[in-house]
Amino acid sequence: MNKTGGYPFGFLDEYAKKEVRRSVLKAIALPGYQVPYSSREMPMGRGFGTGGLQLTLSLIGKGETLKVIDQGSDDSVNAVNLRTFVEMTCPDVNTTTKTEEATLIQSRHRIPEKELTEKQVIILQVPYPDPLTVVEPSEDKRKVMHGEMDYSRLLVKLYEDIVKFDEITISHRYPTRINDCYILDPSPIPRFDVPKMHHSKALILFGAGREKKIYAVPPYSKAEPIAFEDVKFRVEDFNDEHGMRRCCARCGSKISFLDEFMDSRSGKKVYQCSDIDWCNQELQLAKKETETEKASEENS
Amino acid sequence: MKKILEVESFSKVYGRGCPRCFEQTGAEQTNICPSCKSVVAAHDVSFSLHQGEILGIMGESGSGKSTVVKCLYFDEEPTGGRAVFYDNGHQHSLFDLNTAKQRHLKNHSFGMVYQNPHLGLNFDISAGGNIAERLLMSGNNHYEKIRSKARGLLSRTEVLPERMDEIPKTFSGGMQQRVQIAKALATDPPLLFLDEVTTGLDLSVQAAILDLILEIQQELNTAMIVVTHDLGVIRLLAGRTLVMKYGRVIESGLTDQILEDPQHTYTQRLVASAL
Repeated sequence: MNKTGGYPFGFLDEYAKKEVRRSVLKAIALPGYQVPYSSREMPMGRGFGTGGLQLTLSLIGKGETLKVIDQGSDDSVNAVNLRTFVEMTCPDVNTTTKTEEATLIQSRHRIPEKELTEKQVIILQVPYPDPLTVVEPSEDKRKVMHGEMDYSRLLVKLYEDIVKFDEITISHRYPTRINDCYILDPSPIPRFDVPKMHHSKALILFGAGREKKIYAVPPYSKAEPIAFEDVKFRVEDFNDEHGMRRCCARCGSKISFLDEFMDSRSGKKVYQCSDIDWCNQELQLAKKETETEKASEENS
Repeated sequence: MKKILEVESFSKVYGRGCPRCFEQTGAEQTNICPSCKSVVAAHDVSFSLHQGEILGIMGESGSGKSTVVKCLYFDEEPTGGRAVFYDNGHQHSLFDLNTAKQRHLKNHSFGMVYQNPHLGLNFDISAGGNIAERLLMSGNNHYEKIRSKARGLLSRTEVLPERMDEIPKTFSGGMQQRVQIAKALATDPPLLFLDEVTTGLDLSVQAAILDLILEIQQELNTAMIVVTHDLGVIRLLAGRTLVMKYGRVIESGLTDQILEDPQHTYTQRLVASAL
């Protein structure tokens, strides 16, 4: 018995990994196109990130560094379990919580706040890969619609939204057109993260385990969220009732995506960075600044 | 007059078909091939259509009249024949185009009004949304422009613009049909297909819809193919008429001539029974 308990490096057998890698190559060659693959059984339920995990296990190699996040957090159950699993099955792979240290980032529902680099690959877990499912139930017809770039019914959805609510109400999974061709479902990332895909330096991969699809946004690709000429796409602004940008209650960041929750003691709404790594680093930066200020005051 | 559409020896067979299908079926016999049991829905149908002209296709249920229109609108694939659509100096051989080009023509140059509004309208989205869908399909991507165009079309077809944001489920049958016509007209198509548009509506509503169709024809100079089993509709709308039985055209010519002096025994019976 070796270190991985009899399983090959990365849990999956070599044929499975080869197939996933081939699908990834095809996905990169056809930006936004959903490449079918034979999603294997994983020792966890479908819908718990098996698509992302298969991508991670197929792509990771010795000496690489992995970060796993779940809605911005490194230590929620899902993230911890996936990280431990990779640690168990891939010896000589490092794990981290720091965005800039990672070479491979597996994420659920967020793209990190810190801009990714060309050396990094981000893998997003996808529950529903096809943006057209909301308007067309038949997969056969959806394939034809993608093939003919027939996306007008998605815009009808936006039209109906504006008629009813005066604005586009899609909060996550915002249909995004890649390189003026296919429209993809960017997985349940908030609207806030969609512009990060545009000309991203890092390769973005999407894996849907249950739906057995892989798709990609290659580095430096155009990624445009669909909208009307006169009603533009916009991200969440996090403004309070006075029109001021809310800041994180913990680190004070004014540019991050904020989570809203109730303080159990005071019963008031509190806003905090969703990306915990970002929040920690901002906090440390602020601490350092106050220390240097103090030091310079003492010196003078 | 400019020619819009030319159909030559069109045929459509449902089923696997055999070499003897066409000789064993026909107006005098049946439309089911006795050898292979395929249904010959239409065979050897030829006609031409000019700008601003209304062509009627008349016949009983199952005579193949709707099949012709459905194939021309790419809802179904024909078995044989040729159809050429003339569009601003371009010629499109309809049945040879690939699906993307067919969809382009369907969205830009053709309009279809079905007997059942469920086929032509999406009942989950508002009346305005249905028209927006067609405008979006033809590449219009400006929200306010789409709104004002939809409002204009609905008032043109006498649907209250205040109701444009309601779903068509809440409308009466006549209003649903008007919304369908508004949707079909959204891209100002040079060619419109009307498949039994007034069937199932009460007489006063029928009259209003027929008036609307005539007005549209005169205002926009739209060419139309009207499929119906109702002689009254044919008499009112169509300049020329084809009479079909068991998938074959048995008589064609000016509507007045056909209704006043029918030549074929079947047409004679049809005209006589309508009185």
